[in-house]
Amino acid sequence: MSADGVNKERRRFLIATTSAMGAMGAGFAAVPFIKSWFPSARAQAVGAPVEVNVSKIEPGQIVKVQWRGQTIGVLARSDEMLQDLDQVEPELRDPGSEEADQPEYIDTEGRALRPEFLVVNMHCTHLGCIPQVIPQVGPQPFDENWKGGFYCPCHKSKFDLAGRVYKGVPAPTNLRIPPYSFLDDSTLVIGVNPGGMV
Amino acid sequence: MSEQSGAVIKTANGLLQWVDKRLPVLDFWNAHLAKYYAPKNFNFWYYMGGFALLVLVIQILSGIFLTMHYKPSAAEAFASVEYIMRDVEWGWLIRYMHSTGASFFFIVVYLHMFRSLLYGSHRKPRELLWVFGMLIYLLLMAEAFFGYVLPWGQMSYWGAQVIINLFGAIPMIGEPLTEWIRGDFFISDATINRFFALHVIALPIALLGLVVLHLSALHQTGSNNPDGIEIKENKDEEGIPRDGIPFHPYYTVKDIFGASMFLLVFAFVIFFWPEAGGLFLEHDNFVAADPLVTPEHIKPVWYFTPFYAILKAVPDKLMGVILMGVSVGVLFLLPWLDRSPVKSIRYKGAWYKILVFSFAIAFIRLGMLGMAEGTPAQTIEMRVWTFVYFSFFILLFFLSKGGSTKPVPDRVTH
Repeated sequence: MSADGVNKERRRFLIATTSAMGAMGAGFAAVPFIKSWFPSARAQAVGAPVEVNVSKIEPGQIVKVQWRGQTIGVLARSDEMLQDLDQVEPELRDPGSEEADQPEYIDTEGRALRPEFLVVNMHCTHLGCIPQVIPQVGPQPFDENWKGGFYCPCHKSKFDLAGRVYKGVPAPTNLRIPPYSFLDDSTLVIGVNPGGMV
Repeated sequence: MSEQSGAVIKTANGLLQWVDKRLPVLDFWNAHLAKYYAPKNFNFWYYMGGFALLVLVIQILSGIFLTMHYKPSAAEAFASVEYIMRDVEWGWLIRYMHSTGASFFFIVVYLHMFRSLLYGSHRKPRELLWVFGMLIYLLLMAEAFFGYVLPWGQMSYWGAQVIINLFGAIPMIGEPLTEWIRGDFFISDATINRFFALHVIALPIALLGLVVLHLSALHQTGSNNPDGIEIKENKDEEGIPRDGIPFHPYYTVKDIFGASMFLLVFAFVIFFWPEAGGLFLEHDNFVAADPLVTPEHIKPVWYFTPFYAILKAVPDKLMGVILMGVSVGVLFLLPWLDRSPVKSIRYKGAWYKILVFSFAIAFIRLGMLGMAEGTPAQTIEMRVWTFVYFSFFILLFFLSKGGSTKPVPDRVTH
């Protein structure tokens, strides 16, 4: 083997093009492996609407159901609880729910189709824990002036009884509201907009 | 010597030569053990690297046997771990070895890293050695996290929920990224299945590769020592460092003694204190995962709590995640942040001692606060220590160049 008469420019060109083609091939070959990590067709198919009977829920009580793997809470609110909502507004980050993830037909006042029932995605908008519901007013270990609401045990985020986030806590936005509607007076359907499927 | 034993030695020598012609056994033995010269002034801190290697072997061995009984599915995982604990012969021992090993791994690694801070083992020319070590540490954290999810208890589930959602804080791609990691719209069977694959195949292979790189880089530069002196700069006529002794037999014997002491403590914990009062195995993890209920007091295992406290200290989601990421990432830069002409703490002035020890206290205190309930007073304290933690790196950069030093001797001391 002698190095005489080697066309170096041509050799460099061949090495560069071979490497480029190889890298492209490796890139294409990586696609199926990366894509295989996304939710599978089966995972995407699961997601039927869930019905909840709301007639037996007492004020202050919450019923939790699972919809598309998320925990959805249905909280019955008394008139007093609804009246308190206005009082806490100065302490809230987004009282008008302008940045909140919620359907358009949700009223900004009580964040519900029917004010006596708050239907809310329970997962904290910080890191996804399920907050505790503490509807009664009174001092709590984490807050001396507790006005009732949701308290996340993971990172101390606080939300009022409409799921609106307080200032100075890690959660960035209000609790999310899923699409829902009422079939009749006592039956709530989660996952269906008023007048049709999602 | 009898005729018979003479014949045995002859045959053994012949066999060794036969193999050596075909595989560089003797070269390897000499290069890395019999003629690898390490500084003669190692102290207690220099046990930690060997211990880390020992724990790695324990984890791989016990892990292999756990996979023979464990079922990586959301429906069966929790029950299969209980099955290992109750029904598999000696299963409890193998499981406790693995779970205790995880915590001991971090104890040893934290001490190993702190040794570097004390004696400047990460400084030039060992920057790559430190970077490989940091990569090992990062993979170890990922490995520990995936492993903690596998028993599918309440802490497994909600810990995974919190950690995966950290990625959701990334603007634009956050939400799809978390779906990609979970393989579903929530933590599910798909998640545990892939975490199992990563925990038992992908990460261990990567870890072993990095350990080889870490050791290769170490043997290229040679070990640092408590005086921070380069022993290779002072060699005798035969080219052997005057302050070096062959790793074998001197340090192999030392490390075997150390390993037996380590195993004594390790065995004691396995037999009498495997949960370590909820530090090594959290109480809530003996309850099967329930997607509807978050445990009242959720916290990661102790070795993550310092960084978790930094996350909790910040009242903003994205900023908290960024600061937590930076708190780990900044460690990579340490070799370049310390600009003192002297490596070891022994020959640096009081400024370095104050810096290092306030950093160590901040780290420990953050670790304790990270697992606490989180009263408003504790939140304020977390912010103070977070400030101290980050100040260390900034002050180190500015103080180290002109900071006072003492004269460094030519030869190592005792």
